[in-house]
Amino acid sequence: MKDAAAIVGIGQTPFAKHLPEAEKTLACRAVLDALDDAGIAPSEVDAFASYTMEETEEVEVAKAIGAGDVTFFSKVGYGGGGSCATVAHLAAAIATGQATVGVAWRSRKRGSGARPWRNTQQQLPTPAQWTRPFGLLRPVDEIAMLTRRYMHEFGVSRDHLFNVALACRNRANQNPAAMMYERPLTREMYMTARWISEPLCLYDNCLETDGALACVVVSADRARDCRRRPVLVHSAAQGMPAQHHGMVNYWCDDPLEGPAWTAARRLWEGADLRPQDVDVAQIYDAFTALVPLSLEGYGFCGRGEGGAFTEGGALEIGGRLPLNTGGGGLSEAYVHGFNLINEGVRQLRGTSTAQVPDASTCLVTAGEGVPTSALLLRS
Amino acid sequence: MATHPKSTRTSVPAQQTARKDGAPAAGPDASGRTGATASGPQLRTQSDNGLLLPVPDEDGAPFWEYAARGELRVQSCADCGELRFPPRPCCPRCQSFADSWERMSGRGRIWSYVLPHPPLLPAYAEQAPYNAVLVELSEAPGIRLAGNVVAAPDAALDSVDPAKLRIGAPVKAVFHEMAPGTTVPRWLLERP
Repeated sequence: MKDAAAIVGIGQTPFAKHLPEAEKTLACRAVLDALDDAGIAPSEVDAFASYTMEETEEVEVAKAIGAGDVTFFSKVGYGGGGSCATVAHLAAAIATGQATVGVAWRSRKRGSGARPWRNTQQQLPTPAQWTRPFGLLRPVDEIAMLTRRYMHEFGVSRDHLFNVALACRNRANQNPAAMMYERPLTREMYMTARWISEPLCLYDNCLETDGALACVVVSADRARDCRRRPVLVHSAAQGMPAQHHGMVNYWCDDPLEGPAWTAARRLWEGADLRPQDVDVAQIYDAFTALVPLSLEGYGFCGRGEGGAFTEGGALEIGGRLPLNTGGGGLSEAYVHGFNLINEGVRQLRGTSTAQVPDASTCLVTAGEGVPTSALLLRS
Repeated sequence: MATHPKSTRTSVPAQQTARKDGAPAAGPDASGRTGATASGPQLRTQSDNGLLLPVPDEDGAPFWEYAARGELRVQSCADCGELRFPPRPCCPRCQSFADSWERMSGRGRIWSYVLPHPPLLPAYAEQAPYNAVLVELSEAPGIRLAGNVVAAPDAALDSVDPAKLRIGAPVKAVFHEMAPGTTVPRWLLERP
């Protein structure tokens, strides 16, 4: 599996609070954009992977873009926890000879669509019974619960969370495709922002976005003949810890040691690299607090040190670990983390709008706090 | 009132529960009660004022039946005694399908809490900011029940000054009937 497959094409639509086209149309545009980037004809596509929450079925995308006979298709659960796993499944399928050209994608109109938590009729069984009646209605409430405990146990401060929000916003201010391209963030704005669920404020929350993204995965051999510099899938992993409960992960021994730890163990086992070898990271950021937790989980610092890690500009360009260089879910677009994959590819091609000089390794992670996944990419 | 489309339960789960000692299954009988033991079409999903009622599944129904009697009980393994929450079909430690429901003291400590602000569902927005807490049970610190700290069993969700909330603060369970047949545990500060 190590370095057996590569991402050779990336594509995306514009990002906005509201796009007029349908999710299906956006999906097709992103997929065709990625295939064009790769220089591969749609008729050669024989594998698809997406999220269980993706509403456009493979059959719709395949027949619209003119895919050939498809021999592998897979969908991964748990919302943003599945982002990296879509690429991982394609890489595994290609490495084992089940397919040759794979497309992963996510299309979502979360900006103009309804907020999922407003739906009182379609609830997941655990929250519907054990948490929602008490007013833990939204993902932000569920993660804020862990955040307050995290702050209490380890001295993580709002300034640490601000460091995450600021790094993402600064990178978005360099990225014309980002929704927050022209919207700088200051510490005063952050500290005086309205609460959403204390201890999390407006700027601790990701954006609400319409948009779609896709990427193309082929074998490392074939990648050498493609149009762009290949980005190798060096290692990949999914993670669901023992006694894990999803976003309401309140009933295990240590709710603050989440799926990132499980995925990380497998990710590093399968890699020739260590955390200190990572040049740039794209860490899933639906909420700021997920970043310091993930930094701990993936081994960039010790337990409880994620907040302190963010100090001194560590997450900025030139810092210890430049973060979410396209702006992330907090400031570029929130499309269940797929923009983090494409930005990881851009960094290793040397084409990011906030390029880390000579970046040759990039960690990309999926949603923490739910069953998750991660990719270690290298050029 | 809207019904919950996912509810497929048609009988009383407690009566299906195997008991190793051959004693009647733990849990109240089904005589005339609605709410948690109602079959799908009768199940209410919101209280009269629009708060979300718990939507029991087969495994969780006994918890709500006991709550309606003012008892806080947690599922435990009838073979190895391990407490488990949320309820589930078998024991993750010894894999036994036999269970019993153990009465808790109702004492615990606040493990964490949040103060949600709008946008929220209307019934919750009206009381925002309110508190939602996780309470570690004294008998089983790994079991952290979600709930609300209130000034009295039937008081509003925002009836306690948030400044009085502290991680580690001792609390005790009381019971509040959200709708006919549906009772939830709530929490009072031991030192208000």
